[in-house]
Amino acid sequence: MSFLSYLIKGISLGSVYSIIALGYTMVYGIAKMLNFAHGDIIMIGGFVIFTITSTLGLNPFLAVLLSILLCTLLGVVIERIAYKPLRNATSLAVLITAIGVSYFLQNIALLIFGADTKSFTSVITVPPLKLVGGNLAISGETLVTIPLCIIIMVALTTFVKKSKTGRGMTAVSEDKEAAILMGVNVNRTITITFAIGSALAAVASALMFSSYPSLSSTSGAMPGIKAFVAAVFGGIGSIPGAMIGGILLGVIEILSRAYISSQLADAIVFFVLILVLLVKPTGILGKKIQEKV
Amino acid sequence: MKMKKVLGLILTVSLAAAGLAACGTQGSTVSKGGATGDKFYIGAMGPLTGSNAVYGQHVKDGAEIAVKEINAAGGINGKQIEFKYEDDEHDPEKAVNAYNNLKDWGMQLLMGAVTSGPSVAVAEETKNDSMFQITPSGSSQDVIKYDNAFQVCFTDPNQGVASAKYISNQKLASKVAVIYDSSDVYSSGIYAKFAEEAKNSNFEIVAAEAFTSDSKSDFSVQLQKAKDSGAELVFLPIYYQETTLILTQANDMGFDPIFFGCDGLDGILGVKNFDKALAEGVMLLTPFAADAPDEKTQNFVKQFKETYGEIPNQFGADAYDAIYIIKAAIETAGVTPDMSTSEICDALKSAITKITYDGVTGAGMTWAPTGEVNKEPRAVIIKNGTYQLFE
Amino acid sequence: MKNTAKKQMSKSTRSNLIMTGAIVLVYIVSQIMIAGGAMSNLMKGLLVPLCYYSILAVSLNLTVGILGELSLGHAGFMCIGAFTSAFFSKATVSVITNAGVRFTLAILIGACAAALFGGLIGTVVLRLQGDYLAIVTLAFGEIIKNVVNALFIGIDSNGIHFSMKDAMALNLSEDGKIIVNGPRGITGTPKDATFTIAALLLILTFVIVTNLVNSRSGRAIMAIRDNRIAAESVGIHITKYKILAFTISAALAGVAGVLYAHNISTLIAAPKNFGYNMSIMILVFVVLGGIGNLKGSVIAAVVLTMLPEYLRFMQDYRMLIYAVILIVMMIFNWNPKCITWRKNHSLQGYFARLTKKTKKEA
Repeated sequence: MSFLSYLIKGISLGSVYSIIALGYTMVYGIAKMLNFAHGDIIMIGGFVIFTITSTLGLNPFLAVLLSILLCTLLGVVIERIAYKPLRNATSLAVLITAIGVSYFLQNIALLIFGADTKSFTSVITVPPLKLVGGNLAISGETLVTIPLCIIIMVALTTFVKKSKTGRGMTAVSEDKEAAILMGVNVNRTITITFAIGSALAAVASALMFSSYPSLSSTSGAMPGIKAFVAAVFGGIGSIPGAMIGGILLGVIEILSRAYISSQLADAIVFFVLILVLLVKPTGILGKKIQEKV
Repeated sequence: MKMKKVLGLILTVSLAAAGLAACGTQGSTVSKGGATGDKFYIGAMGPLTGSNAVYGQHVKDGAEIAVKEINAAGGINGKQIEFKYEDDEHDPEKAVNAYNNLKDWGMQLLMGAVTSGPSVAVAEETKNDSMFQITPSGSSQDVIKYDNAFQVCFTDPNQGVASAKYISNQKLASKVAVIYDSSDVYSSGIYAKFAEEAKNSNFEIVAAEAFTSDSKSDFSVQLQKAKDSGAELVFLPIYYQETTLILTQANDMGFDPIFFGCDGLDGILGVKNFDKALAEGVMLLTPFAADAPDEKTQNFVKQFKETYGEIPNQFGADAYDAIYIIKAAIETAGVTPDMSTSEICDALKSAITKITYDGVTGAGMTWAPTGEVNKEPRAVIIKNGTYQLFE
Repeated sequence: MKNTAKKQMSKSTRSNLIMTGAIVLVYIVSQIMIAGGAMSNLMKGLLVPLCYYSILAVSLNLTVGILGELSLGHAGFMCIGAFTSAFFSKATVSVITNAGVRFTLAILIGACAAALFGGLIGTVVLRLQGDYLAIVTLAFGEIIKNVVNALFIGIDSNGIHFSMKDAMALNLSEDGKIIVNGPRGITGTPKDATFTIAALLLILTFVIVTNLVNSRSGRAIMAIRDNRIAAESVGIHITKYKILAFTISAALAGVAGVLYAHNISTLIAAPKNFGYNMSIMILVFVVLGGIGNLKGSVIAAVVLTMLPEYLRFMQDYRMLIYAVILIVMMIFNWNPKCITWRKNHSLQGYFARLTKKTKKEA
């Protein structure tokens, strides 16, 4: 009984990681860069929704839409200014500018919104589901997050596989030079990737802060890293993998905290990650790397 | 090629450095010269960026209000205060940098640091320089290891013992659960002493669950364990940011024990947009309550609200007091700004043990030569969205 | 064959000489400035940190630039070096009263412990590649930080006591003292690190890495970086060389950790100093200074450590400006267009054109 209850808690936490990891893996898989600023875009998305609903008093749904719009714009602007000039440099150089962008976003949020923590009002009004006479409860946020994760996952997979732009993305991620030869506009494709990734970050922010309503300028950093871990868990660039990785990460975290040690839960999560990668060096659903001689 | 890259780098840097040097000299000519003898140079430090920025910001704001008030009222013994606050990012190493920076500015005495780790690191430096140090909120015992450092807040062990005694004396519960931050100096310090003291009390700790700074958004496991163990009271020696999440999540799972905290919980009612109904019945031992009816507190809270648009938390109040305590000590010792830092330090560290100070964080505060403050903690309960004294 | 060997030798010797000379020069100038009272307290306080950040940058460059593997857990090795050595120094501070002897031993202990972990972790992770390796190193770094935060060690007349839970579980007798106190870490480590030792260690680091790069092993390591399969096919023992480079890199990071621990008296394993944030910061030094460029690493480490301190006059905008400068420097250093622009406008080129012109005119 208690195991079941912990499992449900794990899935709830995991679903939040999943939805962040979906956006992360999008950029990660196609632009081949660790976007350390992804978590901070989530934070900005949270502040946008917070400001619109709490200060301006507008409809939460409208707030989420506006946040998606603004984050998409932000993602594209960041890509243009900070990442595009380094398109042909080593991937490490872009990683470092991403860190610069991350610092920038954190500090600008600190200046605009102040250092005090804000309490986020949930944008989700679905009531919790009570099972077994109220002993097991699944929160409304989880009830929304999981189906939404699946919808996004299916939509993204279809988009990447079926649409022209999506296939262009696959081409860019597999071989940039060959993609250019095939008439794919690499710059445009990567910009679109960032736009989609940032839009997903905004969606993730709405769900994450609804589940965990504490908002400050640094609240995006750790989820960003966890999403990175989830994406690697599932296999870099694999969209279903990101979702599975996220759920697994949440379950492992909760179970190790419940049954092993609450002090060492972080270490255990990372330890399991290492074990998984040693058995499956490219993650759970990752493609095998083919080496060219 | 590589050489060029290096050259390019040097070029950028030297350009930047030249620019900075220009600004730097300009700034320093104005503020240099702590030994001119017409002003007291008080330096302070705390986190202004990063995840602990909120504490440092409140200390800065609280201290600046006190400095403004004192200067407007004619200063200390007729001498004005020059106040400078530097960011330490809640990092011991950066705190030492900030300290050196303040020394270059001409600092004569230090109010800082805000958090424990940096305070301990800086205490080593102030000892070497024999500079008077008073920390508003660095509550670890290691901060006051040397005779030149004093605290405005309670030490962590002190809070742990006081909480255990209070719960025991008031017979609040027989089964107690603890949720604490095992990666934090403050929280684990209180927990350690609380657990020790619990052995001599009439309650039992049935669950002690930790979280870390890397995973502090989901508390469902810790709460579930507390609930399953039948705890009637959950002790939270943590800060208010995490507490808002704990209260929300406990409410979601229908867990409703007494929540009992220390001074870190103060500020919870100031969290923007937080549903205050969730904090109903939360108890805390705190030296400061923004709703206290006394004139001093009311005046301070009003000033703070007018200037910064926020309700001050315990950090702001501690800093406000710290500046006034410095003033009282200086007046008692008859220190003048033209004395050297070590002369000031020697005079102040004996003067502070002689004064009795009534501040916003407690009436009749006195100091032992060890640096520890002696004041009465107040037990406060949240009722109808305000703090009320609990008898 | 003999000739090329000679040439290689002279290359590494020259490189060492230049760097040693530069460090010694800076050292002498600093000492003169200190003696003359011309150095600010801030700068005096930064001298040792600048050395250990440079050591960190150079040592990580060995992994990233020379071995070609992305490591995001370098701070973990620094953490191990710091904690083992601080533990040693604090435990023996009353036994070994000679600071020089004690600190030398501390450095050795820190380096060996970090090397041991480097070797162990290297054996595990180096079979992975690319970003997967990066995340596993990040994971190890976080594990180290998390475990150190939960570690309690005390000493009493019965010996050393361990606990992973809390200080009470140590069951120390009356005369016992807690040395490692969980998240409160180690306080009161003797401040044995001086600028002289730090500068010497930086030179030593530089010499070790340059000599490795220009040795037979170094060429093998770089061959693995450039083409693993080709390297394997000519009989280079991949795993052995990879672990060798990784271990040396870890040991040097451990030395930096020793300096860190003995420079400030309080040692806590916070996310800020030993978490992935620090690992990434060291990576920033390496990439900004130029991957594989050891001198660049030192310069970048020095610049980026000093920058936030000298931006203090910006008040609240300090870290914001720092972020902007970081992005601009990265683009300036790595954007292909900027590289061409720099080539055309570099000082060297300018002087070259100038001399050409004067020659023509003459």
